[in-house]
Amino acid sequence: MAFSAFASAPAAAEPAVRRRSWVALVLLLPGILYLLLFFITPLVSLVFTSFQQPVIGGDIGQYSAGFKWENYTESVTQYLPLILRAFGYAVLATVLALVISYPLAYFIGVKVRSFPLVQSLLLTLVIAPFFISFLLRTLAWKQIMSDEGPIVVALKALSVFPNDGHITGTPFAVVFGLTYNFIPFMTLPLYATLERLDVRYIEAGNDLYASPFTTFRKITVPLSLPGIVSGTLLTFIPAAGDYINASGDFLGSAQTSMVGNAIESNFLVTQNYPVAAALSIVLMAVILVIVGLYVRRAGTEDLV
Amino acid sequence: MAAGTFAEKGADLELVGITKTFPGFTAIQSLDLFIPAGSFFALLGPSGCGKTTTLRLVAGLEEPTAGRIVIGGQDVTATKSFQRPVNTVFQSYALFPHMTVLENVAFGLRRRSIASPLEKAHEALRLVELDHLAARRPGQLSGGQQQRVALARAVVNRPALLLLDEPLGALDLKLRRQMQLELKDIQSEVGLTFLHVTHDQEEAMTMADTIAVMNKGEIEQMGAPEELYELPRTAFVANFLGQSNLFTGEVSGSTPDALTVAIAGQRLIIPTARAPRRKGTVTVGVRPEKLLLLTSAPAPSSGSNALGPGRVIDVSFSGVSTQYTVAIPGAGDVVVFAQNMVFGPVVHVGAEVWVSWNVEHGFGLEDSVEEAAAGVQDAAAAQSADADTRTGVTSSVRA
Ligand SMILES: Nc1ncnc2c1ncn2[C@@H]1O[C@H](COP(=O)(O)OP(=O)(O)OP(=O)(O)O)[C@@H](O)[C@H]1O
Ligand SMILES: [Mg+2]
Repeated sequence: MAFSAFASAPAAAEPAVRRRSWVALVLLLPGILYLLLFFITPLVSLVFTSFQQPVIGGDIGQYSAGFKWENYTESVTQYLPLILRAFGYAVLATVLALVISYPLAYFIGVKVRSFPLVQSLLLTLVIAPFFISFLLRTLAWKQIMSDEGPIVVALKALSVFPNDGHITGTPFAVVFGLTYNFIPFMTLPLYATLERLDVRYIEAGNDLYASPFTTFRKITVPLSLPGIVSGTLLTFIPAAGDYINASGDFLGSAQTSMVGNAIESNFLVTQNYPVAAALSIVLMAVILVIVGLYVRRAGTEDLV
Repeated sequence: MAAGTFAEKGADLELVGITKTFPGFTAIQSLDLFIPAGSFFALLGPSGCGKTTTLRLVAGLEEPTAGRIVIGGQDVTATKSFQRPVNTVFQSYALFPHMTVLENVAFGLRRRSIASPLEKAHEALRLVELDHLAARRPGQLSGGQQQRVALARAVVNRPALLLLDEPLGALDLKLRRQMQLELKDIQSEVGLTFLHVTHDQEEAMTMADTIAVMNKGEIEQMGAPEELYELPRTAFVANFLGQSNLFTGEVSGSTPDALTVAIAGQRLIIPTARAPRRKGTVTVGVRPEKLLLLTSAPAPSSGSNALGPGRVIDVSFSGVSTQYTVAIPGAGDVVVFAQNMVFGPVVHVGAEVWVSWNVEHGFGLEDSVEEAAAGVQDAAAAQSADADTRTGVTSSVRA
């Protein structure tokens, strides 16, 4: 149901319908052109780059067209820990964001439904962080969690934290940053479905002897599944490819590098374009497979 | 109710001083009600009078502003909805859209760990003749089919108290009759208590042991169907439940047995036992089918009342009977239902006629004159709002 719009519709044979499909095609044209120009072209170029080989005796960053499969095998072997870490962090951040956002979205979408003013105020608060640049917000957190920052100082003063302890540069800080930065992407789609949730189904569940917890599990969650699916995808996909939070300049360190950081440094620092391109394609492929499996599973509606 | 088993018998329901106030609006006004265990109780009333709200209070989906709710001797006012031994057939069905019809029906059984829920769900679906659609989603059913699934989903639980909010409203006449019989069977088989809300007076009268007529958040009158029909206490009940001819006049004399009321220069006699208001200006009434249409002045008799002469201003044929409207100076328009014993109307528009009825059939109202006028208006508003849902062939000739 979540992605039923993707299911193929039965082909219509009537001329009236076909005429309408011409209109649809014309309307779709700008979108198709846009996709061709800004998605397909770079993708094709990326695939070409990923097979390039270094020019013998050339400068650093000089590559010529080729068919170097090893770019893939080498980069995957070399960066496997970073790939795994990226998905680990992304899953963790997605789960945390879901756990934090669901009650929040439920509260805004269902509980204060009869107070539209409160509702819009709370929604504004959810998206308020967007008014400040992503980089600035992350830097601010770096400051707050830095060794001289209030949190670490306070924890050390209370001696619940070792004297040589840090928060920045730890997996905790990175996952925290990812969760924090992507929470609005989770909350908004959840809110959109929960806002439309018909509470009469919940009442019917209660009437049929289902405790609040059972009603939540058997009725509320399945009915808000479309929101859960889009929210988790909107969080997971960018989180898996993120390189800001995990970077040493922000909340991470060399020990928390994710595949995004490897791609970044290969492109921008070591100018090893083929490896960076190969990693990008691997990342994309893995995400596609994970998302495909996930959506299929959610689509069967037996998730709960 | 113990998990894993059905209720062994119905539970009685008692509402004590229930008031429900929504922000700026009182939907239920200090309602007292007792429904004995095992009875079939019908709640009848115009749209918006608070029937659904009453059921929601009993089911625990709404909290009363004041008052207590007692089910089977237990005060459940503070009990959560899912812990009450009650099921509801919702007016809006509220079928779970993400489950099959079968899973919808089995939902309550599973929650109470009742053995073989699927077989029992199939059985309930067979009862409403929908077993062949068990694998469908509610969204793939017609309105009437959805309503029957809602019925099956509640009935399958055999609750001590079943609340039915217009459970047959979307069904055609034949199916409705059939479902009525089945509901009655289920109810009497285990002796469950049914609280049934309906718009259909006939349904209420044929099925219920007791009917309560509600208006504006209050119960106007409650009693056995015949009692309510033959002896309505208020103008609202007299005109909401069927039709009545009401006359207002001064009490001009009374004996322990009978009350004499002066109307249109004639004396009408009402048995004292049937007249709660015995002094001053009173409103008395008689049902249209109790009236006889006469083409000559009737001889005075102590056993019958008569009004007239008047002119027939409308004749409308409706199959089994013909409805005549007679304008009687001083008494207003009087409606007479006459069985069609002969072909065609007995009298035509413009004819001079008298009406008469057996003294025993008259009734007096509890209402004051003002209350009676308001009640007549309320009932008329309710009838016209309901007119679309009524069927019946009526051809009318207006003078
Ligand atoms: N949540 C609410 N907030 C405010 N008013 C409400 C609410 N629910 C019901 N009401 C009002 O209470 C009154 C009774 O409503 P209720 O649903 O009980 O009517 P009903 O008798 O079931 O009518 P119908 O026959 O049309 O179903 C109505 O006037 C309605 O507008
Ligand atoms: Mg209602």
